[in-house]
This record gives sequence, C-alpha cells and structure tokens, in this order.
Amino acid sequence: MQNANQNDTKILVVDDEQDIKPLFEMRFRREIRSGELSFSFAFSGEEALRYMEDHASEVVLILSDINMPGMSGIELLKRIRLDHPSPNPKVMMVTAYNDNDYYQQAISNGANDFLTKPIDFSKLKEKLQTL
Amino acid sequence: MGVSYFIIIMFIVEHIRKTLSTKENLPHWDRILIYSRFFAIFLLSAPWVLDQDNIFEWVWHAFMLGFIWVVYTKDEFKSVRSLMISVIPLVIIGIIGDVASAVSRDFYREYDNYFDMFKVFATIWVIAMWYQTRRQQKQVAIEGQQRLEEEKENQLMQARKAELEILVAERTREISQQKEELITTLDHLKTTQGQLIQAEKMASLGELTAGIAHEIQNPLNFVNNFAEVNSELIEELREEQEKESPDQGLVEEILKDLADNMQKMVHHGKRADSIVKGMLMHSRSGNGEKEVVDLNALADEYMRLAYHGLRAKDKSFNATLEKDFQPEVIMARVTPQDFGRVLLNIFNNAFYAVAQQTHGANENYRPTVRVSSRLSGDTVEIRIKDNGAGIPDAARARIFEPFFTTKPTGQGTGLGLSLSFDIIRNGHMGTLEVESEKNAFTEFIIRIPQEIKN
Repeated sequence: MQNANQNDTKILVVDDEQDIKPLFEMRFRREIRSGELSFSFAFSGEEALRYMEDHASEVVLILSDINMPGMSGIELLKRIRLDHPSPNPKVMMVTAYNDNDYYQQAISNGANDFLTKPIDFSKLKEKLQTL
Repeated sequence: MGVSYFIIIMFIVEHIRKTLSTKENLPHWDRILIYSRFFAIFLLSAPWVLDQDNIFEWVWHAFMLGFIWVVYTKDEFKSVRSLMISVIPLVIIGIIGDVASAVSRDFYREYDNYFDMFKVFATIWVIAMWYQTRRQQKQVAIEGQQRLEEEKENQLMQARKAELEILVAERTREISQQKEELITTLDHLKTTQGQLIQAEKMASLGELTAGIAHEIQNPLNFVNNFAEVNSELIEELREEQEKESPDQGLVEEILKDLADNMQKMVHHGKRADSIVKGMLMHSRSGNGEKEVVDLNALADEYMRLAYHGLRAKDKSFNATLEKDFQPEVIMARVTPQDFGRVLLNIFNNAFYAVAQQTHGANENYRPTVRVSSRLSGDTVEIRIKDNGAGIPDAARARIFEPFFTTKPTGQGTGLGLSLSFDIIRNGHMGTLEVESEKNAFTEFIIRIPQEIKN
C-alpha cells in the first residue's frame, strides 16, 4: 500500500449481496488495473463500521445499499456522519426503491448523492470522475 | 147508517192522507180525498135539511161502493187496500137491509134486530180491521225505522271500512317501499361484501407481489450486469487475439472471468426463476375446482412467499423458519388457490407477530415461525406456530369475526381470518382453530379431510 498512487480513490461498497464484489471488480477492472480507483467491500452496515474504524482516512466514498438485514443503510449513514462529521467520506446511497421517503431520509441524514438500482455504471463512472 | 159511513169515510180519508202523505206525493188524489170528505159531510147533513131520508141512504151506498172501488183498484192506494175489504161487509149489509125494507116493510120489521146486529158486527169488524191495520203499519214503521238505522250503521261501517282500506293501502305501500329499500340495501351490501373480499384478496396478493417483484429485481440486475461485463470481456479477448503476439496469460484470465460470470448469471437466473415459480403458484388463475395436491409442498411454498413478502418491505427482518413436515407427501383434495390464501394469511400473521416482537427491546429474542404437518387417518393437520406476543383472550374470541383486526388502521382489512375460516369450514369441510399464550406463542391448527378416495 506504500506505493499506492496518490490519486488512488478508495471506495467502500456496502451491500448484503455477495456478488456485488465480483460485479464491481469486473465493471471497474480497467480503473482498478490502472490504479485510478480501488474498492473495498462490506456485506453489512456493522461490517462497514468496523472497516471504517481502521481505514477512515483512506476511504473517500461510501456507496451503500439502504435495504439491508440488520443495520440499514440509513442507520449506517447516521453513524458515519456522527463519527466523521465532514468533509470525507462522501456517502452515496443506493436502493432498489425509487422512494421519496428514503430519499428524504438519506438527504436529511447527510447523504451526498443518491442512486437507484439497477445501478447505471456509466453514470456512476461519470460521478466518480468528479471526485 | 149514514153516521157509520161518515165516521168511516172521515177515518179512512184521514188514514190514507197520513199514511201515504198524499199532500206531497199524490196532490191530485189528495184533492179528491178532501172532496170526498166534504161530500160525506154534505151527505150526513143533507137529510136534516132536505127531509129526503131514503134517497140519501142509496146515495150513501153508491158513494161508499164508488169510494171502495176507486181505492181498491188504484195502484196508488195499494197499501190501504186491505182496509177497504173490511168496509165491504158493512156496505153489503146496509144495501141488503135497505133493499129488504124497500121490497117488504113487514119482512124488514120482522128481522130488524138481526140487521141491526149484523150492522154492529160489521162496524166492529171495520174497527177491528182498522185497528189491526194500524198495528201492522206501526210494526212496519218500526221495522222501517230499524232498517233505516241498520242502513245508517251499514253506511257508517262502509265509511269506516273505506277509511281502513285507505289506511291499509297506505301501510302496504309504505311496507313494500321499505321492502324495496331493504332489497336495494341488501344488494349494495352484497356488492360491497364482494368488493371487500376482492380487496382482501388483492391486499394479500399485492403485498406478496410487491415483495416478490423486489426479490426478483436483485438477481435480474446481476444477470444483466454480468452479461454486459461479458460482452466487454469478449470484446477485449478479440482485441487481444488480433494482436501479433497475444498475451496468453491475459487470454486465460479473461476466459476464466467469462466462465465465472456465466456461472453467476446462471445462478441468479435460477434464483429469479424459483421466485417467479412461487408467484405463479399463488396467482395461478384457479377455476375454483378442487385438485389433489401435496400439502407439504404447498405449505412450504407459502411459508417462503410470506417470508419474502415481509422481507421485501422490511429487509432488516429475519426469522428462523422451522419445518416439521410428515416425511411422506400428504396428498389432499383442496382448492389450491383458496387453501393457499388461508396458508398465506396465517403465515403473514405469524411473521407480522414475530416482526412486532422483534421491534421490542429484548435482544435475546429469536423470531421463529414453525410449520408442521401430520396425517392421521384421513385427516390432514397443519399447524402454524409463531413465538410472537400471543393473542389476548378477548381478541381470540373475536379473531374469526369479519372486520375484526388489531392492526393499525390501513394495515389490515380484518377480513383475512374470517375468510380463511370460511374457506376451511365451508370450502373444505374442515376446522380452523387457534391456541395462544401471552408472550409465548400463537398456533393456528387447520384440519381438513384428505378426500382423495372416490
């Protein structure tokens, strides 16, 4: 990790679906190979919080699902904003529901952006360019 | 003789005028009657003045006969005809006496007493007859009066009857109108009932399909995403092979990724497939006919559907699903759609109950729903048990009543269990019972006859 690129943007993906990991690795294989982006994965809100304890300074963006067993994405967002007031990490919420209620909750709890499933990867790439 | 005739004429004239009211009804005859009276007065007084006794005797007879004849023959005097008959004997005796005295004065002298006696008898006869007539007339008058009163009463009754008939008609109209209204109301109620039942069906189905749709969305996303990735990989592979010296290591890596991705696509495809199959089982447009199905499979399927349905809404919800099915398949003749609805309803309630309890504070609480099945004789018994808060006794007594619900407004129609009860009891000739203990468990027990032999 010492020779990690300074421009390396670390993204933590939180989702209860295990296959989200190979999917992201495939989708972003060029960016990962070139060292533009690097990903870490957590399969629950709890796991994400544990990861953040050790890697808070590295993570630039958290991409989290809302509907998860146990700690929900909204709950995770609250906890992160409590521990890490600002400016990093940015938090982007993802949910299958294009639900205004969730949207309001996410925004009012300090989410920086909002994505709906199915994830449009070209759109996500564009967003990541601006980071 | 003249005096008798005079008195008779006076009486009869007065009698006729009074009884027939000739003055009003027969003015012509009234005048004649009055003249007759004057003539009688003339005849009575004339002998005193003119000293012609004999002639006037004959005139009297002729007058009497004429008077009787007229009264007797004219229809106008029909009612007094009988009185005339009574006078005839007197007139005849008077004529015979006068004829006898004219023919032989001696003979007349000899029998003078007899003639007088006959005259007296005849006079008495007249009086008696007159009296009799009077009495009869009085009787008739009384009867007439009575008839009149009866008629009056009848009229009164008639009027009352008419009044009553109007009242009855009015009441009848009111009642039939009310009947019409009730029939309309009943129709409305039946329609509403149908709509409510439909709403209940749609509510359970809608809840489920929403959950299922959500469950399908994830595997579908994976299939799509990995397919797109594979397209990219294939393109990369082609580019690599077009190079003069392809990197064999990279080619191998890409091929491996392709295979892995294909495997994932198949996995998620199958995942979606099994969910869709479950949904089709539920929404299968049953024609309401009974089929022989495996109740173990049916119960298992609806348990999963109910669980997924709740998880779709609340993914933080988890529950342990325990299954204790009779090892052999349990075939039974049921209406799969209806029976499935009952299972879904009870499972939904069970998961709802444990979900509610999960939101309580106790950290050691493990939400559990257990389904078991047994076949004893030809009775199938399915038990669905949850370790939720239980049902209070007061609520348990009413749990199968329509519209009874303990859920917050808008969350339950209160028809689910009443419909289930109806489906089991009337649709499958079975029983649906509930047992519960506060803060321990609730258990629904379905028992239906297997009905596969016939």
